[in-house]
Amino acid sequence: MKDNAPEIGTVGLLRFAWRQLTSMRTALVLLMMLGVAAIPGSLIPQRSQNPMAVSAMFTDSPTKALWYDRFSLFDVYASPWFSAIYILLFISLIGCVLPRAFEHYKAARALPPVTPKNLSRMEFHEEWNGKGDELEIAREWFKKNRFRVRELNGSISAEKGFTRETGNLFFHLALVLILVGVSLGSLFGMRGDAIVNVGERFINTSTSYDSLTFGKLFGEKSLSPFSINVDRFQGKYDPVTNSPQDYTLWVTVKESPDSQPIKNIVKVNSPLTFGSTRVYLQANGYSPIVTVRDSIGNVAFQGPVPFLPQDANLSSTGAIKAPDATPQLGFVGSFFPTIGRASQGGGISVFPEALDPKLFLSAWTGNLGLDNGNPQSVYRINTDVMKKIGLKSLSPGETYTFPEGSITFETFVPWVNLQVVRDPGKSYALLGGIVAILGLLASLFTRRRRIWVSVIKKNVEIAGLAKNAAPGLEEEIAQLARALGREK
Amino acid sequence: MSTTWAYISNYLVYSSMAVFTIAFIAHAYETAFAVRAPHLADSAQGNLRTKTFDYTRTEKVARVATAMMILGFLLLFAGVIARGISAGRVPWGNMYEFSITGALAFSGAYLAALRKYDLRWLGLLVSISVLLTLGTAVAVLYRPSAPLVPALKSTWLVIHVSAAIISGGVFLLANVIAGAYLILDSMENKGGRAPWAKRLPSLEVLDQLSYRLVAFVFPLWTFAVIAGAIWAESAWGRYWGWDPKETWAFITWVAYAAYLHARVTIGWRGRRAAWLCIFAGSTFLFNYIYVNIWGTGKHTYSGL
Repeated sequence: MKDNAPEIGTVGLLRFAWRQLTSMRTALVLLMMLGVAAIPGSLIPQRSQNPMAVSAMFTDSPTKALWYDRFSLFDVYASPWFSAIYILLFISLIGCVLPRAFEHYKAARALPPVTPKNLSRMEFHEEWNGKGDELEIAREWFKKNRFRVRELNGSISAEKGFTRETGNLFFHLALVLILVGVSLGSLFGMRGDAIVNVGERFINTSTSYDSLTFGKLFGEKSLSPFSINVDRFQGKYDPVTNSPQDYTLWVTVKESPDSQPIKNIVKVNSPLTFGSTRVYLQANGYSPIVTVRDSIGNVAFQGPVPFLPQDANLSSTGAIKAPDATPQLGFVGSFFPTIGRASQGGGISVFPEALDPKLFLSAWTGNLGLDNGNPQSVYRINTDVMKKIGLKSLSPGETYTFPEGSITFETFVPWVNLQVVRDPGKSYALLGGIVAILGLLASLFTRRRRIWVSVIKKNVEIAGLAKNAAPGLEEEIAQLARALGREK
Repeated sequence: MSTTWAYISNYLVYSSMAVFTIAFIAHAYETAFAVRAPHLADSAQGNLRTKTFDYTRTEKVARVATAMMILGFLLLFAGVIARGISAGRVPWGNMYEFSITGALAFSGAYLAALRKYDLRWLGLLVSISVLLTLGTAVAVLYRPSAPLVPALKSTWLVIHVSAAIISGGVFLLANVIAGAYLILDSMENKGGRAPWAKRLPSLEVLDQLSYRLVAFVFPLWTFAVIAGAIWAESAWGRYWGWDPKETWAFITWVAYAAYLHARVTIGWRGRRAAWLCIFAGSTFLFNYIYVNIWGTGKHTYSGL
């Protein structure tokens, strides 16, 4: 006998833990914890939204950043402790809702409970001498008002408002559906960004992306085989406030290499759709088109170079690299779509549209460091081991000539940042959201209540009971009493 | 054309402030003068608390106050509409516009609740809150009327923001009532209500009222969050990204969900429920003020 005791103990302990976890109080505590746990992510920069701010923290205060990182404070919403809270909450929710759903199903099919013996103990009790036909009238009244009824020994027991619990259960199950949708999206989804110059084509393969992340269960092969020709881009800006008013991108798309090209327009609020993949217009900037020549006049580099915007007027910075020149040439550049007078030295852009474009360059010669295999940013040059040649500001068409070669600022094209997102779970999340709202409305705006009518030898009794002290029952019973011929 | 409408809007907002000021003074008069000095007999016994009330004395003023609240609401309504016409869009593009619309929603929620419940006592608090909101909007947050940035150009702006503003107005009204509950409750615990507070409804009524307001508007807030998610999916490429505004909208949702559960399922009433209600409302306010002005992320449309 004694040998069995520990086993029973374990089962008992588990049962106890389960009961604790699925209790309303625990669920409530977990819910509050979830709210509190979400706070740090809104105050501390997050890797998923602002990776620059995170790396800035690592540079500025490394110790603090290290400790933050140990507690996943830069990835709050993917952190073990945040996940632990919501997983426990959802287990608790399911453990609470499923048994209630079975119970509710049984209750909805069962007859209303028998009329209590002593109606005067119930709420809003009334008693009077009637004519004797009250039961028939009451039956009609209940039918008209869609009550579920049970008749027994000269009394009717009526019940209404099951929608309340139905809605409540659907609301909670819909939350589970939203969680399923979110998980599907993160497991089978992908998200990538690509900067594409106007006039170029984007083909949906992993090499076309500047950054690309896959869900855990999503392979490279599942990228849908579409391609997008970026034909034209237009940004409209308010001449007074300089704020953007409208971005329009004209594209020609092909769903697959063999399909017909189709012309289309992309705007900020209307992405392109390919099945569960959508393509968004997320940012734009300028690419100066330059030609770099070496000292003999051979072309060492030619083409558009995307520069990254630094402010709202699209002052942009970038790097032009000509590794094929001998010696290698590099240019650290700033592009100003509409140049303005700067108070000291450097340039400044005063309007985001290219009305008076200027390219500021500092030319360098030496080793660009591209051959040692270390990855480096295409927007920066490490000039530590290079020799400075000089500075120059160029308008379109102008050339800067120096002993090692020359650079011509031919013209410029806009670039757009295409964000490609595949999220196969979002329709589940949307469905969950809709069901949640409908369930919430049903559960918050229906009242569950019982009404009893008993007629014994012309002695009419009427009473009711409202669950959760829902209001309005008194009025409803008064209505029924009037229908039954009660005079006040 | 558009500048004319912007001027008209400004004048209407200023006029509504003047009218709300009159409403405030009338409410203050009504609150102060409904109390009569203690009867001689009572003061002889040293019982200063037994003051009597004579609402007939202040009834006229109280009616003026409510009428002024309605007039102020209408003027502000016209001001918000004119602002929309001047910009050629719904007037929810920056924080000045959010604030005047928020004040409109708050006074509107009060007037709507006034039709059903006797809430005239709340007019003093409502009028001063509306005045403070409008004052801040006009003095600090004002920006010239301008078109929207591209991300805001969507039908969802109307749907998402209107749902959020109406929810906010009702949440804050529930907060004010929960605050009144706490003040009156501590008065009663210390031996009785102050004379001016005697005409206010019983604690049970206040408790019920703030609950009903929250329960009424919680589905709308849920809708506002979901509508925002649908919009974010088409504008930003994801329906949920834990942007600070989204995070705080979620926190507000969780806090009110906790409040409803605590009340309905566990049966919290009174002080605890009122504190939870106020906490939930403060997360909404924090979101509105902090995230709009100092926050980072995609929801920074304050124009400041």
